[in-house]
Amino acid sequence: MILLIFIFILSAFLGFELIAKVPSQLHTPLMSGSNAISGITIVGALIAAGTEGGPVGTTLGVLAVIFATVNVVGGYLVTDRMLAMFKGKKK
Amino acid sequence: MPALIDWSYIAAAILFILGLKLLGKQATARKGNLISAVGMLIAIVATLLVSGLHYQWIIVGLVIGSAIGAVAAQRVQMTAMPEMVALFNGAGGLASLLVGWVEYHNHPNQLLSAAIPTFLAILIGGVTLTGSVLAYAKLAEKVQSRPVLFPYQKMINAGLFLLVLLFGVIFCAHPAGSYPILLLLILLAFALGVLTVIPIGGADMPVVIALLNSYSGLAAAAAGFIIQNTVLIVAGCLVGASGIILTQIMCKAMNRSITNVLFAGFGASTSSAGVAVTGEAKAITPESAYFVLEAAAQVVLVPGYGMAVAQAQHVLRELADLLEANGAEVRYAIHPVAGRMPGHMNVLLAEADVPYEQLVEMDAINPTMATMDVAIVIGANDVVNPAAREDPGSPIYGMPIINVDEAGTVFVLKRSMASGFAGIENPLFFKANTRMLFGDAKASLQALVTEFKSS
Repeated sequence: MILLIFIFILSAFLGFELIAKVPSQLHTPLMSGSNAISGITIVGALIAAGTEGGPVGTTLGVLAVIFATVNVVGGYLVTDRMLAMFKGKKK
Repeated sequence: MPALIDWSYIAAAILFILGLKLLGKQATARKGNLISAVGMLIAIVATLLVSGLHYQWIIVGLVIGSAIGAVAAQRVQMTAMPEMVALFNGAGGLASLLVGWVEYHNHPNQLLSAAIPTFLAILIGGVTLTGSVLAYAKLAEKVQSRPVLFPYQKMINAGLFLLVLLFGVIFCAHPAGSYPILLLLILLAFALGVLTVIPIGGADMPVVIALLNSYSGLAAAAAGFIIQNTVLIVAGCLVGASGIILTQIMCKAMNRSITNVLFAGFGASTSSAGVAVTGEAKAITPESAYFVLEAAAQVVLVPGYGMAVAQAQHVLRELADLLEANGAEVRYAIHPVAGRMPGHMNVLLAEADVPYEQLVEMDAINPTMATMDVAIVIGANDVVNPAAREDPGSPIYGMPIINVDEAGTVFVLKRSMASGFAGIENPLFFKANTRMLFGDAKASLQALVTEFKSS
């Protein structure tokens, strides 16, 4: 447990360092891209949906998988769509 | 096999970190997003290798979720990007809530070390869901976007929060027999999400979206503590931290503290105690505007959300090209909160093939503003309002703005004299060097383009 808290704290510092210097024109893709990463909860959802938990447990698990997948797939695709539009001057 | 899974999770975490790092630079951003997506794929495949999983329901969920996500991502208009991100955020929050719920459902005899994160995943996930859905509704103007205030609002919110904490403590003390309390906590979290977003005005939604983005990450991290999975903790925490930084940047760009944004009900009243606006706004025709632009050597374009609503970004670029062909130097000045989420305006202009070298940030353009012959304000209002600089009584006093009033001539393209998203009067319209070009922004720009082409 302590080890997990330790990891949590270090990740927070790493996150602050990574994002602090991002130019403002990339803020929207950064937000939707990091939003897609928050769909990592899909790992928990997959385990929940695949474990024998009776009808209620399975239903909740499948719903979790659906919503997490929407977050992951939609988030990455829409970020890519945006970034594909960012172009420099063509000479 | 478990060792392989663990190593895969480490690989996924590394790819997330690398991806985020590359996402921070224009040239590598797209690659960064791809790398982070590969990390996600590795994490998903590794999880499917966990022994004893039944696949049939997993596949159903993955197929349905992928279809919804892919269609939504393809169909969304760039102007509606804030709404889309809000909904994706809400989906992530709900997923974390459900993970917390199902883990409890399957193993109600939780230790304290699992009960606390279960409580947190449900609380944060629930607030993220309803807060995001309400933010979506406000942005899409499906509900009133002005702040909704009612008597004793702060006391009710504080009371609700204390109630959540109280039930949280009861739940964590005896998780085994507390199923009804868990369900009650879910409902309370939903209510809390609605009540915290409802007093926040539409103009402050960039801050809210950034903050909810942070919450969705923290909810995922909480879910990671429940199932003791490090990749969830690392990835969730990275997102949590990035959301908080973006929130701070947005607040700074509006010269407001986060508590002011969240609790002040900004823009709820339209009565300004500031200096009364005097003078008369002077209108101009496209023909006369053309003669001024034709002689201009330095032109700065200041787009706001109104430009996006009018879908005028393409014709704006056409005008910029003509101005350049005419020998003028053209820049686009972008305010940090232009649009309805951080960096939104840049995406909209990129969609119209505006090269990103021409986009200049507020702090870079302001010192050169006095050398600009013409500033054209297209559907922007509050971000060019000199009251922020001059009128200590104005609600936006102190907010950094683009000082277009220092340019030689200012053209304001505007439908009418109505006030902006924040509902504040704008003395810029009454300045001696300001000319109003009334009408739909797209039609006005089109008229200017026609003038250029026909000469």
